[in-house]
Amino acid sequence: MHIPEGYLSPQTCAVMGAAMVPVLTVAAKKVNKSFDKRDVPAMAIGSAFAFTIMMFNVPIPGGTTSHAIGATLLAITLGPWAASISLTIALFIQALLFGDGGILALGANSFNIAFIAPFVGYGIYKLMLSLKLNKVISSAIGGYVGINAAALATAIELGLQPLLFHTANGTPLYFPYGLNVAIPAMMFAHLTVAGIVEAVITGLVVYYLQKVEEESILYKFSYRLRGDNR
Amino acid sequence: MKKFYIAAIVIILLTPLGLLAPGSAWGEWGLDEIKSMIGYVPEGMSRFSEVIKAILPDYSIPGFDANFLQQALGYIFSAVVGIAAIVLIFAILGRIMGKPQRKNG
Repeated sequence: MHIPEGYLSPQTCAVMGAAMVPVLTVAAKKVNKSFDKRDVPAMAIGSAFAFTIMMFNVPIPGGTTSHAIGATLLAITLGPWAASISLTIALFIQALLFGDGGILALGANSFNIAFIAPFVGYGIYKLMLSLKLNKVISSAIGGYVGINAAALATAIELGLQPLLFHTANGTPLYFPYGLNVAIPAMMFAHLTVAGIVEAVITGLVVYYLQKVEEESILYKFSYRLRGDNR
Repeated sequence: MKKFYIAAIVIILLTPLGLLAPGSAWGEWGLDEIKSMIGYVPEGMSRFSEVIKAILPDYSIPGFDANFLQQALGYIFSAVVGIAAIVLIFAILGRIMGKPQRKNG
């Protein structure tokens, strides 16, 4: 789901980057207001967890791969705004040190993975809770929908490229496949495998966090799950 | 606390499992893969593909990826470097996070 450099036109990168500026500005304000300094390590652990979980590629039928992202899990445990910052920092490091996702495409990748995924996942989680489902099931469904929403956004950004940016004779300048190819391919990978992996990881960690004892370093991840909003 | 570190180390040591999945992610191909798929490399793709050069490209140590063992070690090393970089960024953010005295921290 990490869009590499050169796949999106510079114009697309600029628009997506501009879209992330207000998101991160609001996120920074919200986090700075509602978090205390002791929560910074929790955000760091969340960011490192998302970074690491994205290294576990899983095979997709047809010879491609995908991976979970942990976005909804971070949104549930840290709140969606803090999750947005934590995920953006993970994406920044991935792009900068490992060439996983482009630096110019960082705005687009952050929009998909650090904004769409945690907020959609969190919204679905809250919706499921209001339908009286338990937290583990609700979080798993949230994770499934969140990662698929991000995959859809990614596919749309990629699939628009040949439509919008081509030479006079119609040869694509950037990503060559249109929406009719990009959306089915991305959604197949995430609806079938990556979404399930994301759902299982999210549900399992939420289940575990509900049980951790107060002396555990992970306890600070669980106060939201306990309904304690401080 | 000790349990947390052990779990973290185990997860990091298991990351090479992620290398076992064959192929690239859909939409994350290298230029050579693009060429073999559609017969050419779109102009803009080749122009922007290397805006910056990653120091550990694709989570591997350049020149140290001849076999699975080397790739696995490079992958684990990449995980450690990435996590260290993230912790460093948050340490800096924690420093500049304003007005801690007004908070309960």
